[in-house]
Amino acid sequence: MSGLPGLYNDFVAIFLMMAGFYVVIAQGNLVKKLVGLGLFQTSVFIFYISMGKVAGGHAPILAEGITVYSNPLPHVLILTAIVVGVATTAVGLALVVRINEAYGSVEEEDIQAKDRDAERREAVADPTTDRGADT
Amino acid sequence: MLIALAAIRLQDLFAVVMLFGVYSFMTATLFMDLDAVDVAFTEAAVGAGVTTVLMLSSLRLTSRWEQRPKHSPLVPLIVVGITGAALIYGTLDAPLLGDPNAPVHQHVAPRYIEQGPIEVGMPNMVTAVLASYRGYDTFGETVVIFTAGLAVLLLLGIQESPETKPGRTAIGDHQLVLRVVVKVLIPLILLYALYVQFHGDYGAGGGFQAGVIFATGFVLYDLVFGEGDARMVVPPRWLHRLAALGVLIYGGVGVISLLAGKAFLDYSVLAHDPVHGQHLGVLLVELGVGITVFAVILAIFYALSGRRRVS
Repeated sequence: MSGLPGLYNDFVAIFLMMAGFYVVIAQGNLVKKLVGLGLFQTSVFIFYISMGKVAGGHAPILAEGITVYSNPLPHVLILTAIVVGVATTAVGLALVVRINEAYGSVEEEDIQAKDRDAERREAVADPTTDRGADT
Repeated sequence: MLIALAAIRLQDLFAVVMLFGVYSFMTATLFMDLDAVDVAFTEAAVGAGVTTVLMLSSLRLTSRWEQRPKHSPLVPLIVVGITGAALIYGTLDAPLLGDPNAPVHQHVAPRYIEQGPIEVGMPNMVTAVLASYRGYDTFGETVVIFTAGLAVLLLLGIQESPETKPGRTAIGDHQLVLRVVVKVLIPLILLYALYVQFHGDYGAGGGFQAGVIFATGFVLYDLVFGEGDARMVVPPRWLHRLAALGVLIYGGVGVISLLAGKAFLDYSVLAHDPVHGQHLGVLLVELGVGITVFAVILAIFYALSGRRRVS
């Protein structure tokens, strides 16, 4: 087997990972950032699972007449990672909901603009206090 | 991949979330093709089911439409391009797909495959490795899930409001077809979850999947018959206790084996015959995992869906 065709699983994983990475750093919407994180996450899953594949192997459940099994270890790691992933995504969503309640927006730029406004107003209202001390 | 790209381009977050669900399902079929049946199972239940519902519930609390970003996408694109190129350069000498001589297959995996069915006594190696050989990891992950549930409850809490009274539904009473179909489906879903829970040592499945599927049944009930009715079946305050109970069962099994003079989570002392003890231990531990996952997922769903929009 020559080089490139056997590596396409890695390329798929990298492509998806970069797609997720792009969403996280380039898009302003927090919910969409979470979707991007999800993409990133699944790309890692695909990478691990494709690593555990053995050519001609079968699912790692003992059965008669089968001698070659795929590697069960990555499966275990990813199985738990998926469920942990949904739990952490839920924490992220909860944070987004609270941010929306506090700022009325889930766009990163709106939130930063509001923060800057608030700081400016504070500084105008009380010019003597040192802003670094109370934040 | 194409679905992922479409999900990035769209401005309508509702469509983005739905596409992400479809993408998860595709990923699950890919895992199936790569022999990872247990993982495919989990991904289908979690990615396509629970994540989509949770994201939709939080979209309801925020806004459906996304604003177009104001800064130019050029800089992130360059950063992403450079990182991707570096990673691809790194994979050029990586082992090929399906290569049985890859380093990953050399170390502990052969032992799991050869000795696992003999030492733990169950045909599904994934369950054996998950609950027995790597019991510490799984315990840690169960605790992480429990902690995530706690964090969501701390951030949001489970609220009561007039709409959560029994008999009120979000979609109205005229959806007769939906109601009948769901009524038929829910017992099947719950039964299937129990099967997955207790059959995980022979076929594909286990506590993680069963907990998620069980929670999905209740989420479905909640969506169709209203929050009030679902909360009468499973009150929120039970869920806190159930989540803690699951971790307690898992930890308790470990402590018992510790008291019996073996290492933490060494199940061979639980019965006279070590293999039998392993089997019993794995069953108990999976039960703990299932209970925790179920309670946490349902609690998170209650927290997100019960919250009212602040305007």
